[in-house]
Amino acid sequence: MKKHFTFLLMIAAITIGFTACKSKPKDADIKAAVEKALSADPMSAGTTVAVDKGVVTLSGECKDEMCKKHCEEMTAAIKDVKSVVNNCTVAAPPPPPSQEANPVVANEQAIMDALKDQPGLKGMMKDGKIVLSGEIAKAKWQMLKQTLDKLKPAGYDLTGLKIK
Amino acid sequence: MPVQDKYQELLTAATQAGVTDLKVNEENGVLHIEGVAPSGTVKDMLWATYDKIDPNYLSGDLVMNIYVDAAVPVTSALVTTETSNLNIRKGPGTDQAIVGKAAHHEIVTVISQTNELWWLIKTKDGEEGYAYAQYLTPQTEVN
Repeated sequence: MKKHFTFLLMIAAITIGFTACKSKPKDADIKAAVEKALSADPMSAGTTVAVDKGVVTLSGECKDEMCKKHCEEMTAAIKDVKSVVNNCTVAAPPPPPSQEANPVVANEQAIMDALKDQPGLKGMMKDGKIVLSGEIAKAKWQMLKQTLDKLKPAGYDLTGLKIK
Repeated sequence: MPVQDKYQELLTAATQAGVTDLKVNEENGVLHIEGVAPSGTVKDMLWATYDKIDPNYLSGDLVMNIYVDAAVPVTSALVTTETSNLNIRKGPGTDQAIVGKAAHHEIVTVISQTNELWWLIKTKDGEEGYAYAQYLTPQTEVN
Protein backbone atom coordinates (compact mmCIF):
# COMPACT_ATOMS: atom_id res chain seq x y z
CA MET A 1 0.00 0.00 0.00
CA LYS A 2 2.76 2.36 1.01
CA LYS A 3 4.70 1.41 -2.08
CA HIS A 4 1.67 2.15 -4.22
CA PHE A 5 1.32 5.55 -2.69
CA THR A 6 4.96 6.40 -3.34
CA PHE A 7 4.54 5.32 -6.92
CA LEU A 8 1.48 7.52 -7.35
CA LEU A 9 3.33 10.39 -5.79
CA MET A 10 6.15 9.87 -8.22
CA ILE A 11 3.77 9.88 -11.19
CA ALA A 12 2.15 12.99 -9.87
CA ALA A 13 5.48 14.69 -9.40
CA ILE A 14 6.59 13.79 -12.89
CA THR A 15 3.31 14.95 -14.37
CA ILE A 16 3.43 18.23 -12.52
CA GLY A 17 7.03 18.72 -13.40
CA PHE A 18 6.40 17.88 -17.01
CA THR A 19 3.36 20.14 -17.23
CA ALA A 20 5.21 22.97 -15.53
CA CYS A 21 8.06 22.58 -17.89
CA LYS A 22 5.80 22.48 -20.91
CA SER A 23 3.79 25.51 -19.80
CA LYS A 24 6.84 27.65 -19.18
CA PRO A 25 6.87 29.79 -22.30
CA LYS A 26 10.08 30.31 -24.11
CA ASP A 27 11.07 33.92 -24.62
CA ALA A 28 12.11 33.12 -28.15
CA ASP A 29 8.64 31.81 -28.95
CA ILE A 30 7.03 34.90 -27.50
CA LYS A 31 9.39 37.06 -29.47
CA ALA A 32 8.51 35.26 -32.66
CA ALA A 33 4.79 35.53 -31.96
CA VAL A 34 5.01 39.24 -31.19
CA GLU A 35 7.14 39.93 -34.21
CA LYS A 36 4.76 38.01 -36.41
CA ALA A 37 1.79 39.92 -35.09
CA LEU A 38 3.49 43.27 -35.40
CA SER A 39 4.90 42.69 -38.84
CA ALA A 40 1.44 41.73 -40.09
CA ASP A 41 0.26 45.18 -39.12
CA PRO A 42 1.45 47.98 -41.39
CA MET A 43 1.13 50.50 -38.58
CA SER A 44 3.59 48.62 -36.39
CA ALA A 45 6.28 47.84 -38.92
CA GLY A 46 9.72 48.90 -37.79
CA THR A 47 9.22 47.99 -34.15
CA THR A 48 11.94 45.92 -32.51
CA VAL A 49 11.02 43.30 -29.97
CA ALA A 50 13.01 41.94 -27.02
CA VAL A 51 11.67 39.42 -24.52
CA ASP A 52 12.99 38.60 -21.08
CA LYS A 53 11.05 36.13 -18.95
CA GLY A 54 7.80 36.98 -20.64
CA VAL A 55 8.33 40.72 -20.36
CA VAL A 56 8.28 42.21 -23.81
CA THR A 57 10.21 45.37 -24.51
CA LEU A 58 9.20 47.24 -27.61
CA SER A 59 11.47 49.79 -29.20
CA GLY A 60 11.72 51.63 -32.45
CA GLU A 61 9.93 54.56 -33.88
CA CYS A 62 6.19 54.93 -34.21
CA LYS A 63 4.67 57.54 -36.40
CA ASP A 64 2.34 58.82 -33.69
CA GLU A 65 0.99 58.20 -30.17
CA MET A 66 -1.92 56.19 -31.50
CA CYS A 67 0.43 53.84 -33.32
CA LYS A 68 2.57 53.44 -30.21
CA LYS A 69 -0.46 52.53 -28.12
CA HIS A 70 -1.68 50.18 -30.81
CA CYS A 71 1.64 48.25 -30.82
CA GLU A 72 1.47 47.91 -27.07
CA GLU A 73 -2.11 46.66 -27.03
CA MET A 74 -1.42 44.18 -29.77
CA THR A 75 1.62 42.83 -27.92
CA ALA A 76 -0.18 42.60 -24.60
CA ALA A 77 -2.90 40.51 -26.22
CA ILE A 78 -0.43 37.83 -27.29
CA LYS A 79 -0.39 34.62 -25.29
CA ASP A 80 2.23 34.29 -22.55
CA VAL A 81 3.14 37.96 -22.59
CA LYS A 82 3.38 38.97 -18.95
CA SER A 83 3.82 42.66 -19.44
CA VAL A 84 4.92 45.14 -22.04
CA VAL A 85 7.58 47.78 -21.68
CA ASN A 86 6.88 50.27 -24.41
CA ASN A 87 10.08 52.12 -25.25
CA CYS A 88 8.88 53.16 -28.67
CA THR A 89 9.55 56.73 -29.55
CA VAL A 90 7.09 58.80 -31.46
CA ALA A 91 8.44 60.40 -34.58
CA ALA A 92 8.63 64.16 -34.38
CA PRO A 93 5.56 65.63 -36.02
CA PRO A 94 6.17 66.78 -39.55
CA PRO A 95 7.22 70.41 -39.65
CA PRO A 96 4.27 72.73 -40.03
CA PRO A 97 3.67 73.97 -43.53
CA SER A 98 6.45 76.25 -44.66
CA GLN A 99 4.04 79.15 -44.24
CA GLU A 100 4.63 79.11 -40.50
CA ALA A 101 7.57 80.91 -38.96
CA ASN A 102 8.46 82.71 -42.08
CA PRO A 103 11.04 85.38 -41.50
CA VAL A 104 10.99 88.25 -43.91
CA VAL A 105 13.75 88.00 -46.47
CA ALA A 106 14.63 90.48 -49.13
CA ASN A 107 14.28 88.61 -52.39
CA GLU A 108 12.71 89.05 -55.80
CA GLN A 109 9.47 87.44 -54.62
CA ALA A 110 9.18 89.80 -51.67
CA ILE A 111 9.67 92.76 -53.98
CA MET A 112 7.07 91.39 -56.36
CA ASP A 113 4.67 91.07 -53.42
CA ALA A 114 5.26 94.68 -52.42
CA LEU A 115 4.98 96.04 -55.95
CA LYS A 116 1.96 93.98 -56.96
CA ASP A 117 -0.41 96.91 -56.74
CA GLN A 118 2.01 99.44 -58.24
CA PRO A 119 1.86 98.71 -61.95
CA GLY A 120 3.94 101.80 -62.75
CA LEU A 121 6.95 100.48 -60.87
CA LYS A 122 9.64 97.98 -61.62
CA GLY A 123 11.82 96.52 -58.95
CA MET A 124 14.69 94.11 -58.53
CA MET A 125 17.41 93.13 -56.13
CA LYS A 126 20.99 94.01 -56.88
CA ASP A 127 23.81 93.24 -54.45
CA GLY A 128 21.32 93.19 -51.60
CA LYS A 129 19.95 96.58 -52.60
CA ILE A 130 16.47 97.24 -53.88
CA VAL A 131 16.51 98.94 -57.26
CA LEU A 132 13.31 100.71 -58.25
CA SER A 133 12.30 102.50 -61.39
CA GLY A 134 9.09 104.06 -62.64
CA GLU A 135 6.58 106.53 -61.30
CA ILE A 136 4.56 106.49 -58.13
CA ALA A 137 2.35 108.93 -56.24
CA LYS A 138 3.91 110.33 -53.09
CA ALA A 139 1.35 108.88 -50.64
CA LYS A 140 1.76 105.42 -52.14
CA TRP A 141 5.53 105.69 -52.10
CA GLN A 142 5.52 106.62 -48.41
CA MET A 143 3.56 103.49 -47.68
CA LEU A 144 5.67 101.35 -50.00
CA LYS A 145 8.96 102.54 -48.53
CA GLN A 146 7.81 101.47 -45.07
CA THR A 147 6.90 98.06 -46.47
CA LEU A 148 10.17 97.65 -48.35
CA ASP A 149 12.22 98.66 -45.31
CA LYS A 150 10.73 95.65 -43.53
CA LEU A 151 12.70 93.51 -45.97
CA LYS A 152 15.82 95.07 -44.47
CA PRO A 153 17.66 95.56 -47.73
CA ALA A 154 21.29 96.64 -47.78
CA GLY A 155 20.09 99.92 -49.28
CA TYR A 156 18.30 101.38 -52.28
CA ASP A 157 19.06 102.54 -55.76
CA LEU A 158 16.26 104.96 -56.54
CA THR A 159 17.84 106.88 -59.38
CA GLY A 160 15.14 105.65 -61.75
CA LEU A 161 12.28 106.50 -59.43
CA LYS A 162 10.05 109.50 -59.99
CA ILE A 163 7.61 110.73 -57.37
CA LYS A 164 4.50 112.31 -58.80
CA MET B 1 29.44 113.37 -44.17
CA PRO B 2 28.68 110.10 -42.46
CA VAL B 3 25.07 109.03 -42.92
CA GLN B 4 24.46 108.98 -39.20
CA ASP B 5 25.19 112.72 -38.99
CA LYS B 6 22.73 113.37 -41.79
CA TYR B 7 19.98 111.63 -39.82
CA GLN B 8 21.03 112.84 -36.37
CA GLU B 9 17.86 114.92 -36.03
CA LEU B 10 15.81 111.79 -36.62
CA LEU B 11 17.73 109.82 -34.00
CA THR B 12 17.34 112.61 -31.47
CA ALA B 13 13.61 112.82 -32.19
CA ALA B 14 13.28 109.08 -31.74
CA THR B 15 14.99 109.12 -28.38
CA GLN B 16 13.00 112.10 -27.18
CA ALA B 17 9.70 110.55 -28.29
CA GLY B 18 10.39 107.50 -26.16
CA VAL B 19 11.43 105.00 -28.83
CA THR B 20 12.92 101.98 -27.08
CA ASP B 21 15.31 99.25 -28.21
CA LEU B 22 16.80 101.73 -30.61
CA LYS B 23 19.39 100.08 -32.84
CA VAL B 24 21.47 102.20 -35.14
CA ASN B 25 23.94 100.63 -37.49
CA GLU B 26 25.79 102.04 -40.45
CA GLU B 27 26.89 99.72 -43.20
CA ASN B 28 28.40 100.62 -46.56
CA GLY B 29 27.01 104.10 -46.45
CA VAL B 30 23.52 102.98 -45.49
CA LEU B 31 22.06 103.67 -42.07
CA HIS B 32 19.83 101.05 -40.48
CA ILE B 33 17.53 102.18 -37.70
CA GLU B 34 15.29 99.92 -35.68
CA GLY B 35 13.20 100.68 -32.64
CA VAL B 36 9.88 100.33 -30.90
CA ALA B 37 7.68 103.40 -30.80
CA PRO B 38 5.20 103.92 -27.99
CA SER B 39 2.46 104.79 -30.50
CA GLY B 40 1.58 104.97 -34.15
CA THR B 41 1.69 108.76 -33.90
CA VAL B 42 5.37 108.64 -32.94
CA LYS B 43 6.07 106.31 -35.83
CA ASP B 44 4.34 108.69 -38.28
CA MET B 45 6.24 111.64 -36.80
CA LEU B 46 9.55 109.83 -37.38
CA TRP B 47 8.68 109.01 -40.97
CA ALA B 48 7.76 112.68 -41.48
CA THR B 49 11.12 113.70 -40.02
CA TYR B 50 12.85 111.26 -42.37
CA ASP B 51 10.97 112.81 -45.31
CA LYS B 52 12.04 116.27 -44.20
CA ILE B 53 15.75 115.34 -44.03
CA ASP B 54 15.68 113.28 -47.21
CA PRO B 55 12.74 114.41 -49.37
CA ASN B 56 10.81 111.43 -50.72
CA TYR B 57 13.48 109.15 -49.17
CA LEU B 58 15.18 109.22 -52.54
CA SER B 59 18.79 108.97 -51.33
CA GLY B 60 18.17 105.35 -50.43
CA ASP B 61 20.70 105.59 -47.60
CA LEU B 62 18.32 104.80 -44.75
CA VAL B 63 16.41 101.64 -43.90
CA MET B 64 14.06 102.37 -41.02
CA ASN B 65 11.94 99.90 -39.11
CA ILE B 66 9.87 101.48 -36.38
CA TYR B 67 7.55 99.00 -34.77
CA VAL B 68 4.62 100.14 -32.73
CA ASP B 69 4.53 98.70 -29.26
CA ALA B 70 1.44 96.51 -29.15
CA ALA B 71 0.19 96.54 -25.57
CA VAL B 72 -2.30 93.84 -26.43
CA PRO B 73 -1.90 91.25 -29.16
CA VAL B 74 -3.67 92.13 -32.37
CA THR B 75 -6.76 89.98 -32.75
CA SER B 76 -8.68 91.79 -35.41
CA ALA B 77 -7.96 94.15 -38.25
CA LEU B 78 -9.75 96.39 -40.69
CA VAL B 79 -9.14 95.76 -44.37
CA THR B 80 -7.70 99.07 -45.54
CA THR B 81 -7.26 98.53 -49.24
CA GLU B 82 -7.95 101.55 -51.45
CA THR B 83 -11.19 100.21 -52.84
CA SER B 84 -10.66 96.62 -53.86
CA ASN B 85 -11.02 93.38 -51.97
CA LEU B 86 -7.97 91.92 -50.29
CA ASN B 87 -6.70 88.60 -51.54
CA ILE B 88 -6.38 85.79 -49.04
CA ARG B 89 -3.70 83.35 -50.07
CA LYS B 90 -2.64 79.83 -49.27
CA GLY B 91 0.80 80.98 -48.19
CA PRO B 92 2.69 84.20 -47.60
CA GLY B 93 3.55 85.35 -51.11
CA THR B 94 1.77 86.63 -54.20
CA ASP B 95 2.94 83.46 -55.93
CA GLN B 96 0.60 81.51 -53.65
CA ALA B 97 -2.90 80.53 -54.73
CA ILE B 98 -5.78 82.81 -53.79
CA VAL B 99 -8.08 80.96 -51.42
CA GLY B 100 -10.50 83.78 -50.67
CA LYS B 101 -11.08 87.48 -50.47
CA ALA B 102 -11.72 89.89 -47.65
CA ALA B 103 -13.96 92.80 -48.54
CA HIS B 104 -12.77 96.38 -48.45
CA HIS B 105 -13.39 97.74 -44.94
CA GLU B 106 -14.33 94.33 -43.59
CA ILE B 107 -13.12 93.44 -40.11
CA VAL B 108 -11.20 90.19 -40.08
CA THR B 109 -9.79 88.03 -37.33
CA VAL B 110 -6.01 88.03 -37.10
CA ILE B 111 -4.91 84.50 -36.25
CA SER B 112 -1.21 85.21 -36.29
CA GLN B 113 1.16 87.88 -37.44
CA THR B 114 3.31 85.46 -39.37
CA ASN B 115 5.82 88.16 -40.15
CA GLU B 116 5.80 91.90 -40.66
CA LEU B 117 4.53 91.53 -44.19
CA TRP B 118 2.05 88.66 -44.10
CA TRP B 119 -0.62 87.90 -41.53
CA LEU B 120 -2.75 84.82 -41.20
CA ILE B 121 -6.36 85.97 -41.12
CA LYS B 122 -9.87 84.60 -41.13
CA THR B 123 -12.95 86.30 -42.49
CA LYS B 124 -16.36 86.10 -40.94
CA ASP B 125 -17.29 83.70 -43.74
CA GLY B 126 -14.59 81.36 -42.49
CA GLU B 127 -12.10 81.95 -45.31
CA GLU B 128 -8.64 81.54 -43.86
CA GLY B 129 -5.24 82.36 -45.26
CA TYR B 130 -2.48 84.91 -45.63
CA ALA B 131 -3.04 88.55 -46.46
CA TYR B 132 -0.60 91.37 -47.05
CA ALA B 133 -0.26 93.21 -43.75
CA GLN B 134 0.14 96.58 -45.42
CA TYR B 135 -3.61 96.53 -46.09
CA LEU B 136 -4.59 95.49 -42.57
CA THR B 137 -5.02 98.05 -39.84
CA PRO B 138 -5.02 96.51 -36.37
CA GLN B 139 -8.16 97.17 -34.39
CA THR B 140 -7.71 97.88 -30.74
CA GLU B 141 -10.43 96.68 -28.50
CA VAL B 142 -12.35 99.51 -26.91
CA ASN B 143 -12.92 98.91 -23.27
